[in-house]
Amino acid sequence: MTDFAEIWTYLARGPLLWLTATLAAYSVGDALFRASGRKPYVNAVLISVVLLALLLWATGTPYPTYFEGAQFVHFLLGPATVSLALPLWEALPRLRRAALPILAALLAGSATAAGSALAIAHAFGVTGETLASLAAKSATAPVAIGVAEALGGSPTLTAVLVILTGITGAIVATPLLNALRIRDWRARGLAVGVAAHGIGTARAFQVNPTAGAFAGLGMGLNAILTALIAPYVLSIFL
Amino acid sequence: MIHALLVILGAQLAGEAIAQALGLPLPGPVLGLILLVAGFATIPGLLALVRPVAQGILGHLSLLFVPAGVGVVGHLDRLGASGLPLILAIVLSTVLAIAVGALVFVGVARLTGAEEDRE
Repeated sequence: MTDFAEIWTYLARGPLLWLTATLAAYSVGDALFRASGRKPYVNAVLISVVLLALLLWATGTPYPTYFEGAQFVHFLLGPATVSLALPLWEALPRLRRAALPILAALLAGSATAAGSALAIAHAFGVTGETLASLAAKSATAPVAIGVAEALGGSPTLTAVLVILTGITGAIVATPLLNALRIRDWRARGLAVGVAAHGIGTARAFQVNPTAGAFAGLGMGLNAILTALIAPYVLSIFL
Repeated sequence: MIHALLVILGAQLAGEAIAQALGLPLPGPVLGLILLVAGFATIPGLLALVRPVAQGILGHLSLLFVPAGVGVVGHLDRLGASGLPLILAIVLSTVLAIAVGALVFVGVARLTGAEEDRE
């Protein structure tokens, strides 16, 4: 009989183990989320990321080995973005009627996200490459990384800041918007999509389909707007 | 299901190709999304074909961010000495942006009479 170490070495090399581990960790995160009565601070993404990071650390597995398995899940981000066409299409009549509030909220939310983040970091003495990496953090990851590179930021640091922004948005949105007594699902969804891209959008879909559709719209529009305004917002602080 | 996947992947592929060819600052999948919406508007039956698969993928949208999230953990040290200011900037700016965005939406909706109809 082959001993455990040999079986482990064999399995750890292939994609099957880490794909399964990713789905298993997410199942645990999702089960905890449901068991908590769907509390926003019991975030399934955060729980599964922590579980997997601990597992990789405990087994001494390098990230590229993990990613060979996890890439099958990661790849679906593209098709999922395309699939947002469905809720967007179904919300289209309501989008048309709300064109002005959407545009106003997009501009205000996007400028606040970039401007306040840079102002706070700048006030604490953050400068240069680090500051440039922060400017586009509310946009969806591929756009944020492209913008940061163009502005002289670091792609890795930008990816870290984008993911942290998404998880923050997913956790704070529900209690914050409840405290502000905003009951309009369109407003709630759009604001979260603009401020916290795909992770915020995923959270919005958990809460309400209209919020989800407007979050997807907010994310898509802010991807375009961030590419246009981030250089100007950053130039204020340089 | 195969046909629905073909439509979704085809839209993404076309989006990637157009974004590259024209040097657009948009990611290919976002352009693919726009193409698919245009497809729904012009091709009868496309919506019914794509719906089950699209709903399946969107049903667990959060899961898809896990691999990138795990990658981020290994780079948390990139926050370096600026760690605390950056975390503070992220949390406060996200709270502010959500609050401002939602309040502006509600305010402008009220001014322009585009208030939510109760369903």
